[in-house]
Amino acid sequence: MDHLDRLESNSIYIIREAYKKFNKIAMLWSIGKDSTTMLWLAKKAFFGKVPFPVVYIDTGKHFQEMYDFRDECVKKWNLNLIVSDNIKEAEKQGIGPKDKLKCCTIRKTEALKKTIDKYKFEALLLGIRRDEHGIRAKERTFSPRNKDFRWDYKNQAPELWNQYKSQKESEQHLRVHPLLEWTEIDVWKYILRENLPVNKLYFTKNGKRYRSLGCKPCTQPVKSNAKNVQEIIKEVKESRIAERSGRAQDKEEAQAMQKLRALGYM
Amino acid sequence: MDENLKFVMVGHVDHGKSTLIGRLFYDTDSLPEGKIEEIKQICDSLGKELEFGYIMDHLAEERDQGITIDTAQTFFRTKKREYTIIDAPGHVEFVKNMVTGASQAEAAILIVDANEGVKEQTRRHSYILSMLGLNQVIVAMNKMDLIDYKEERFNEVKKELKEWLDKIKIKPSYIIPISAKQGDFIAKKTKNLEWFKGPTILEALDSFKKETPMLKKPLRFAVQDVYKFNERITAGMILSGKIKEKDHIVILPSMEETIVKEIKEFNKNPKEAEAGKSIGITTEDSLFLDRGNIIIRKNEPQPKITDTIKGHLFWLDKKPYEKGERVLFKLSTQEVMGEIESIDKVIDSSSLETLRENAKEIKNREVADVTIKLNKEIAIENFNFIPQLGRFVLERKDTCAGGIITKIN
Repeated sequence: MDHLDRLESNSIYIIREAYKKFNKIAMLWSIGKDSTTMLWLAKKAFFGKVPFPVVYIDTGKHFQEMYDFRDECVKKWNLNLIVSDNIKEAEKQGIGPKDKLKCCTIRKTEALKKTIDKYKFEALLLGIRRDEHGIRAKERTFSPRNKDFRWDYKNQAPELWNQYKSQKESEQHLRVHPLLEWTEIDVWKYILRENLPVNKLYFTKNGKRYRSLGCKPCTQPVKSNAKNVQEIIKEVKESRIAERSGRAQDKEEAQAMQKLRALGYM
Repeated sequence: MDENLKFVMVGHVDHGKSTLIGRLFYDTDSLPEGKIEEIKQICDSLGKELEFGYIMDHLAEERDQGITIDTAQTFFRTKKREYTIIDAPGHVEFVKNMVTGASQAEAAILIVDANEGVKEQTRRHSYILSMLGLNQVIVAMNKMDLIDYKEERFNEVKKELKEWLDKIKIKPSYIIPISAKQGDFIAKKTKNLEWFKGPTILEALDSFKKETPMLKKPLRFAVQDVYKFNERITAGMILSGKIKEKDHIVILPSMEETIVKEIKEFNKNPKEAEAGKSIGITTEDSLFLDRGNIIIRKNEPQPKITDTIKGHLFWLDKKPYEKGERVLFKLSTQEVMGEIESIDKVIDSSSLETLRENAKEIKNREVADVTIKLNKEIAIENFNFIPQLGRFVLERKDTCAGGIITKIN
C-alpha cells in the first residue's frame, strides 16, 4: 500500500463509521476539488452508490462554471442533490460581499442551518483539510456543533486512534471530516490517479487559475500556466504561496476564520 | 518519495515546542510566503521579539496567553520525505489533547529545557508515549544557549532523564543538544556544540522507519457494517495479514465457518487484499454477519475470546469514574457495555507514585490498572502483537479513557 492507498482506506473507514452511527446524514459538497474527491470516496465506500443526500449551498454568488460542473456530476454519478440557500434573506437585508463576515454567515452558515432544521440531519460529512488553514488544523475527525452551530474549540473531547464520537447529544449535529489528513498535493495526486472530473476553473486561463473555489466577488485567481493536473501538482510542490491566499474571508483580519468557524462556518 | 511520517512534539510547557516547530519550518524553507512578515507584525504589535512559536498558535487565545491549547498538525519536507508535525499542548490542563495528538503519531520528539531540567509534564508526556507504544523517540535538549552550550549540564540532565525513561521502558533513539532559538543542531551542526558527535534533529528524523502494515501477522478483518444495496456485502478494514478469495474463514465470536467468495472494491476485482485496506467481502454461505465481528483465517492462531479485560488505562475526563458506572467499551469495531469491576491500582503518571490500591474511583489524568467486565464476549490480542485489537477506549457521551490490554489469560 502506498501513501494514497492508506489515505483512501482511512477516509473510507471514516465515511462508513459516520453512515453506521447516524441515520440522518448528508454530505456537504462545495463543487470544489476536495469535496468532489470526498464524493468519490463515498462512492467507493458503498460500492458505487452514495446512500445519502449531497447538500450544495448556493450563495447566489458562485461562478457559472461551478453550477455547470455540479449538474454534470449529479447526472453522471446519479446523486440525490439538495440545494440549500438563504439568498432571499440576504438580498432582503441587503447583505453582500462588502461585509464579508456577515455575508458568509448569512449566505452560507444560515442557509445550512435552515437545511439541517428541515431535514433533521444528525451528521454532515465535510471535505476540510488540516493543511488548509491554521484553525482547521485543530479539528477532530468527528466534531460536534451545538444547536446554534457553535464549535467549542477550547474544550474538545479526546479522539484516540480510530475511535470516534458515536453519540450525538440532544440538539447537536456532528461534523465529520474524512479528508482531515490529506494535503493539497495528496488531493491532486489522487484526482490524477483516479481520473476524476476537474472543474475547468482550476486550469489556466490568460495566465491565471483558481487554486481554491468560492464566491465570485471574494475569490481571486493566482498566476499560473498549469493546463492539466500534472502541471498543477508540479506547481503546488514548488509554490510557497498559501492555497487559500485568493480567499478573502481568510484575510479580512488576523482571526477572521476563527470567528467565522466559531459561528458555524465550514 | 511520496512518504509521510507523522511525529508528535511533546514536553513541559515553555520548554520550547512551538519554537522548535517554527525553527523546523524556517530551516527547511517550508513557510508560506509572507508568513514571517505576518508574525513579525504580530510580535511588533505585542511589543515582543520575533517568536517562531506564533507559527503554530492559531487561536487568538493561544497567542494572547502564549500557550498551545489544542493539538494542531502542520507539514514540512526534507529531501527524504514529508513530515506531519503534531504539536501537543504542554500545559497540564490539556493532557487529553496531548493524548489525542500522540495517539496518531509514528514517532515523537520529547523536548526538555536544559536549564530547567526534567519537569512534571516531561515525565507525564513520556509516560503517555510509553503507554501508547511509541518507540521511535528523539530527546531534544533545548535552550543550550542559555547554559553556554556546556556539556556538563547536558550530561547532568541527560542522566536525570534517562533514569526516568528507564523506569517507564523508553529507550530514546537519540538525545540531542539544541537551541531552537539560535538554530543549533536542528538542520545544521554548529560550532557552539562542537563537542556533540551525534546527528541533527532532521538527520535523526530522517533515520526513522515508516510503520509497516502488519502483513506477516495472521488475518484480522474487522467488520464495520453489512450493506444490502445490490448484493449483500460485508464491509470493514483489514487490521493485519491478508485475505484471499477461497480462504476458509472463521467469524468471531460465534466461531461459524465459511469461505470467501469474492473480495469487493468499487470498480475493481481484486483476488486478495492486505492489512490497512478498507474492503468488502461476500461469502459462500449466507451467515448472519454484523458490525463487531472479527474475521480470521482457519488454522491460524486465534485471538482470545473473553468478557474480562485486564488493562491499563488513562482517565481523560473531568468527571471521575466511580465504581458501578456503566460505560461503552470500544475496541476496533467491537462495542459492548461494561463496567470497571476492580480498580487494582491508581498511579500518578508524572511520578509513578501509587495513589490508591483497590480504589473506588479514577480521577482526571490518573492512570490505573483495572479489570473490566463486559456484557458480551469479544476478541482481543496482546497489544504488542496486534495493536488494533489490544487497545480500547471507554465512552460516555465522549471518549473518557484510553487503555492498553496488559494481560491475556
